[in-house]
Amino acid sequence: MATQTDARELHAVPSEEDQAGQAYFDRIIAEDSRIEPSDWMPEAYRKTLVRQISQHAHSEIIGMQPEANFITRAPSLKRKAILMAKVQDEAGHGLYLYSAAETLGTPREELFDQLLTGRAKYSSIFNYPALTWADMGAIGWLVDGAAIVNQVPLCRASYGPYGRAMVRICKEESFHQRQGFEILLELANGTPAQKQMAQDAINRFYAPALMMFGPNDDASPNSQQSMRWNIKRFSNDELRQRFVGMIQEQVKVLGLTLPDDKIRFNEETGQWEHGELDWNEFYEVLKGRGPCNAQRMERRREAHENGAWVREAASAYAAKQAQKAQVA
Amino acid sequence: MATAAKTPVTEAGQSANRGSWPLWEVFVRSARGLSHVHAGSLHAPDAEMAVRNARDLYTRRNEGVSLWVVPASAIVASDPDAKGAFFESPQGKDYRHAMYYKKSEGVKHL
Amino acid sequence: MSGESATRITPGNALRPEDIAEKVAAGTRISQDVAEYALRLGDDALILAQRLGWWISRAPEIEEDIALGNIALDLLGHARSFLTYAGSAWGKTEDDLAYWRSEPEFRSSFLVEQPNGDFAKTIARQLVFSLYQYELYSRLVNSADETLAAIAAKALKEVDYHRDHAIQWTLRLGDGTEESHRRMKSGLDSVWPYVDELFADDELIDRLAGVAVRPSELRAPFDALLAQVLDEATLQVPEVQPAMTGNRGSQHSEHLGYILAEMQVIAREHPGATW
Repeated sequence: MATQTDARELHAVPSEEDQAGQAYFDRIIAEDSRIEPSDWMPEAYRKTLVRQISQHAHSEIIGMQPEANFITRAPSLKRKAILMAKVQDEAGHGLYLYSAAETLGTPREELFDQLLTGRAKYSSIFNYPALTWADMGAIGWLVDGAAIVNQVPLCRASYGPYGRAMVRICKEESFHQRQGFEILLELANGTPAQKQMAQDAINRFYAPALMMFGPNDDASPNSQQSMRWNIKRFSNDELRQRFVGMIQEQVKVLGLTLPDDKIRFNEETGQWEHGELDWNEFYEVLKGRGPCNAQRMERRREAHENGAWVREAASAYAAKQAQKAQVA
Repeated sequence: MATAAKTPVTEAGQSANRGSWPLWEVFVRSARGLSHVHAGSLHAPDAEMAVRNARDLYTRRNEGVSLWVVPASAIVASDPDAKGAFFESPQGKDYRHAMYYKKSEGVKHL
Repeated sequence: MSGESATRITPGNALRPEDIAEKVAAGTRISQDVAEYALRLGDDALILAQRLGWWISRAPEIEEDIALGNIALDLLGHARSFLTYAGSAWGKTEDDLAYWRSEPEFRSSFLVEQPNGDFAKTIARQLVFSLYQYELYSRLVNSADETLAAIAAKALKEVDYHRDHAIQWTLRLGDGTEESHRRMKSGLDSVWPYVDELFADDELIDRLAGVAVRPSELRAPFDALLAQVLDEATLQVPEVQPAMTGNRGSQHSEHLGYILAEMQVIAREHPGATW
């Protein structure tokens, strides 16, 4: 199949083994079945997956930070418990995804290294600051909401371990969006200052949340290939429009508004439309010039470096114990 | 890349050997009477910590009543390149299955 | 069975802070003394949970972010139950007590107020506190006060794991590398001055005979297990002087002011608000 080319084409003559592998791979994809770790797969498919899954894992890990900053300040003990459990889940989701990425032959240490040296990206939303308690609500409702719309179709991704990790994540995330919405609901029905705080948080997170779906379809060439490989099931714009349709309805329950007067349902296309997004800002943040890029990376690097002596100690202890067991 | 298919030996892939902790595969028994089912993997310095990390990572919502952890490197998998031949034999032997026997259909308790 | 079984999730059916709140709402009222005792138990758990919560996103490995998070969540659960129960003496909620008391009104020990330091110091504090708390709760389950006994019964199983976590890490850091040994020793030295306070009896304990656990009774089993763990970890029991502490009164370490400033800041900006 001419469309499923990859780096192997650089080799003048694909080996017999590769030809057979490619045929088998193409058949699995055509049948909408699943590719498993030990299967032959095109190098480009493997690379795309490692990039996407590890980006996703890094986003979970970096995404812990803006919320973790509020664990010590949560304004009620119930909210403190919920937030702690949520941020802890994000660590768990990061680990599920790293373990899926590792099945493709790239060890976690290498993936960390890519993150810490800036060779790997994570979702730009986490480079925006969380400034008030209401931001915990907006992150849960809008950021996790957008993530869920993105992730539900990924449960059917053609790569088995990725799909299975997503199933687990989606099950656990069902509470994340709800707790965010309920934070906002409580604020919206609270004092005028609380209501103002909630509206302000929505105003700041709305556009960055919409940009989480990635560039417009015409500016996202990789998406096409990912869809042919059954990794992605819907385009960036499709998912974004679906999300806008959902939140424009939900915001009414809050009695608050979205900072976009262009939202409307287009009867002809059957799609939700929204105002222009500032893609210039998106690329600026992606390039590292967001408000918190430097801060987030520094914190991650610090945690990793400060933990080095602990990881070494545990390895040394394990080695000593193994040796003792051998002697005994 | 012809070697691509052979790199990861198990679901786990190979374990890193750069002073980082080895990889363990985790199996969870969700209730008495059920088998342990593969849940995912994690990193831990040794078996004792692996089973504890598995508890924290894979049973935060009462998913399990029992856990197994296995060093990823200890898992032996069937040869992926031979998958066609390896699993061919049972194909077409439908006489191993009850629905092959049509003439006894409708006979009670059979 | 299908692979789905590995992701089957349920909330379980253990005693929750909400259950205590229901009992209180239904009219449970307790004496000042029992409330004061519940405050001690609740404040220790709350302040330690607050400290441990800081580690989430900063632990030495991501698996450990989750482990410390679990422990912090357990402690926060204990704190909420004890504070809810204590509040029934004064018509106050867990949040009234956590967010609207000032420093002198807290009853936490100096030990839990100690800064996290490096991972070794946090583990040293965990080791001391979880060993103490395990001995405490394993006796509190027999309290004449049914609610305290019930909270302790749920908490005991969790603390058993905290103790195990601290012991496992003490062994690995103590008998790991030279650096980890040095750090673990230094961590133990730095928390050791605040150990004695945990085991001090006072008049409240005397008045609550049969309800409260006598702290001094816990010292021998604590010392025995600690010595055994440290020995296996190639460490020694610190030879460090005890410090004068607040003895569960109104005086606290210098750290508590900062802890409360951070914990209470948002709640106090919005008096009367609900969250």
